[in-house]
Amino acid sequence: MDFRIFNLGLVDFKKAWQFQKEIFREIKNNYFNGALILCQHYPVITVGRQGRQENIKVPLPELKNRGILMYEIERGGDVTYHGPGQLIAYPVFNLNYFKKDIHLFLRQLEELVIDLLSDFGINGLRYKGLTGVWIDKSRPLYSNVCESIEKGRDKQKIASIGIAIRNWITFHGLSINVKKDDLDNFRLIKPCGMDIEMTSLETVSGKDIEIGHLKEVFIHKFQDTFLWYRKA
Amino acid sequence: MTKVILPELGEGIKKATVSYWYFKEGEKINEKDDLVELTTDKATFNLPSPCLGMLSEIFFHEGDEVNVGEVLAIIEES
Repeated sequence: MDFRIFNLGLVDFKKAWQFQKEIFREIKNNYFNGALILCQHYPVITVGRQGRQENIKVPLPELKNRGILMYEIERGGDVTYHGPGQLIAYPVFNLNYFKKDIHLFLRQLEELVIDLLSDFGINGLRYKGLTGVWIDKSRPLYSNVCESIEKGRDKQKIASIGIAIRNWITFHGLSINVKKDDLDNFRLIKPCGMDIEMTSLETVSGKDIEIGHLKEVFIHKFQDTFLWYRKA
Repeated sequence: MTKVILPELGEGIKKATVSYWYFKEGEKINEKDDLVELTTDKATFNLPSPCLGMLSEIFFHEGDEVNVGEVLAIIEES
């Protein structure tokens, strides 16, 4: 199993998008089997295949004035925002070497994030039909013993997922909101086409979290999560 | 005549939504060309053309839901 990790640092979305496509071609040509690309992006809004322009709440010239670029891209899902305060992970994976199951792959990505959040004491949740990882606002931490009467109603999103698969090779991926001061731009959109509140690792944990450290934790979790169902 | 069928996509996935046809009816296509893009959950995926030929009929259009095993289109092999 030839699996490679690329850390692009803080990079324009478009450059990382092109890089994904280069890696995709190399995997398609069997130069290697899979890759994990980690990075952060300068402020950008991306619109997936189910996206609608009306889910961007401000006119495009205003986005430009704010230094935010917008791209329509081939991943699944609606509109989302990416900024320097997020950890972005693009797994470019040939599922022919794993299991050809689209939903299993999505659920595994969620599981990975939930596992990662637990290292910070955060109780990450999944909601059926709402791909991504969520926090119950009234019970965000494992140590918080307060029971939520209306469990699930006060949910906030902490990680978003949207992927594309071509010839059973995946690209695009997930973003985890890390820094507490990079959530304001979500107000410019309806994230995932829904009226939802976003939160971050720092907001929920109350701790400063270095993205560099989080990348290292993510790589370990990623290897643990995906090696178990690799084909022999 | 070759039928383009929505294949198995994984456990519990019974249908997908057509998001984009790369070709129109009557157009020539090569084997392995991207033929149609579909969406399930937060994932898009492609179906490549199974053969060289002409796309003679499309049964499901953009926005339509297709069940696994249903015929999406017919290709007349050349």
